[in-house]
Amino acid sequence: MDIGRFHRLFKIGPRMSFRPAVPILIVCLALLPPVLGNYWSHVLAHVGIYVILGIGLNITVGFAGLLDLGYVAFFAIGAYSYGLMASPQFDLHAPFWLMLPVGAACAAAAGVLLGIPVLRMRGDYIAIVTLGFGQIVRILLNNLDGLTRGPKGLLRIDPPSIGAFQFSSPVHYYYLILAGCLAAALVADRLNHSRVGRAWVAMREDQDAAAMMGVDVIRYKLLAFAIGASFAGVGGVIFAARQGSIFPDDFSLMVSINVLCLIIIGGIGSIRGVVLGAVILIGIPEVLRGLAAYRMLVFGGLLVLMMVFRPMGLIPATRGKPLMRKRW
Amino acid sequence: MTPDVQILLDQMINGITIGGIYALIAMGYTLVYGILFMINFAHGEIFMFGSFTGFFILSGLAGSSFPDHHPIACIALAVGGAVMVSSILGVLLERTAYRPLRRAPRLAALISAIGASIFLQNVMMLMVKARMQVYPDVFPDGILELGSVTVSYFQVFIILGSLVMMTCLVLFIRKTRTGKAMRAVAEDRDAAALMGIDVNRVIVRTFALGSCLAAVAGVMVGMYYTQIDHMMGFVPGIKAFTAAVLGGIGNVAGAMLGGYVLGLAEAYSVFFLPAEYKDVIAFGILVLILVLRPRGLLGEVVSERA
Repeated sequence: MDIGRFHRLFKIGPRMSFRPAVPILIVCLALLPPVLGNYWSHVLAHVGIYVILGIGLNITVGFAGLLDLGYVAFFAIGAYSYGLMASPQFDLHAPFWLMLPVGAACAAAAGVLLGIPVLRMRGDYIAIVTLGFGQIVRILLNNLDGLTRGPKGLLRIDPPSIGAFQFSSPVHYYYLILAGCLAAALVADRLNHSRVGRAWVAMREDQDAAAMMGVDVIRYKLLAFAIGASFAGVGGVIFAARQGSIFPDDFSLMVSINVLCLIIIGGIGSIRGVVLGAVILIGIPEVLRGLAAYRMLVFGGLLVLMMVFRPMGLIPATRGKPLMRKRW
Repeated sequence: MTPDVQILLDQMINGITIGGIYALIAMGYTLVYGILFMINFAHGEIFMFGSFTGFFILSGLAGSSFPDHHPIACIALAVGGAVMVSSILGVLLERTAYRPLRRAPRLAALISAIGASIFLQNVMMLMVKARMQVYPDVFPDGILELGSVTVSYFQVFIILGSLVMMTCLVLFIRKTRTGKAMRAVAEDRDAAALMGIDVNRVIVRTFALGSCLAAVAGVMVGMYYTQIDHMMGFVPGIKAFTAAVLGGIGNVAGAMLGGYVLGLAEAYSVFFLPAEYKDVIAFGILVLILVLRPRGLLGEVVSERA
């Protein structure tokens, strides 16, 4: 992608209509923490990390139509790249703001590596192979004791700082993650309305027709995989910084499934849907701790019911024919 | 005989034992895929339910003196109960989670299957709590010596049992009316319907059949590894799916071959990889086979998909 095209990506074009609800919501969210206090800021920040992951997976699944069940692997790669470079493990203390793009780049590189063999496969094989990839990454994290300390995890990871100011309280992280979500949403929205996004939609509609019109299908799918992965990388770096310690079990298959569920419940391909899905799926169970045992039971059932009765999600994407309406 | 050869032979027995179990589970994947072209993601959970049904029956009997006198009858009861529960579950699954989506995109059916799988795991977790259960040991101990190789009776039971089951399945598909109908539906669902075949009934029977074999495998795994929990279906499910793909999905003989190849590959992997990486073998094979030969070892059976 040349620089000019990249520049155009972020220009507010005539097609981007002004919606007053969005800035109002942002201002409200920014004013919330003093009202909510630490606990609620913590819960909302947790939701926010899933929003970033959801927006990223939405690009892979929703925009490019590739069902990735190993998405957690990219999250883990982001988290461990920061954890290894900014903790007493190797006594390295790389700054957070440097590791943010580095973590994203590592995850994107992993995405390309996984994408190259996977893209030639049939849709449902992609799901199983990516699932296997996620498991392999977790097994490696668990067993490469020299590098990752295995199940003992990486501890005392450096918190981010700006100049002399160090992030410490949940409210600080709330703002960090809110900024991350906004950036992710903006990038995804601009991508969706760019040449790249149009190519993705075209591919999703009809791969053969898109190829006939000159869309390089393999390249654009690879791009979707890599960009989706880089969002998870960013999410992982933020997650590692916020937690202060990470363990292989933080990156189980359930994370992939949760992220997938939230974009399906919200509506594949729509950013507002991702936010709603994250609030419903991640936020509400945090509130209703007592029901934690039934949480996954309900989600499992809900997934089936959603597919049977409302396969487009609660807030379906408005543009193009959504993924769930076509067979591949 | 040198110790090296001895270990090779021992590992071969282990590989064939576990390979037979993979092959049994793989039958369910390959049958359903052959007819509906969908991955029954919840098949591992059907296997898990079969294993737990056997566990409940055997634990219920464990208090009495019955198992000591009639171990074979006990096992038959456990297997019978497991087969019944699993096949009913398989049919219910098809009715609720898959049938409404039969004409829907494949992604929707796959997600529905994942949902069903999570649901079933959690039903079992709420029933037995999230901890390991110890499978009652009812099988008579004993060792068969074939030259220098020793095989436990239980391994003989698994090896022969899985072979017999799979042979029956192949005969069923080749010889019976229902089997013929299954092949017809696999080849062309609409044409089969026009010829007067009740497609829904055939699909239901296919699910029931695959679930039966998974249930037997479930009881075998429970007794072989002696510990089970509600997540036990996941890894064997993935491995059996790998076996099905390895042999050529939709192809019954291929799934059998794939199961044994995978079992042996895992058993022999201990020579050059630490045991923790055993699960990586299956995933590695899966990725390699899909990249290099996506049609599997024996090829997908297109015209005679059974």
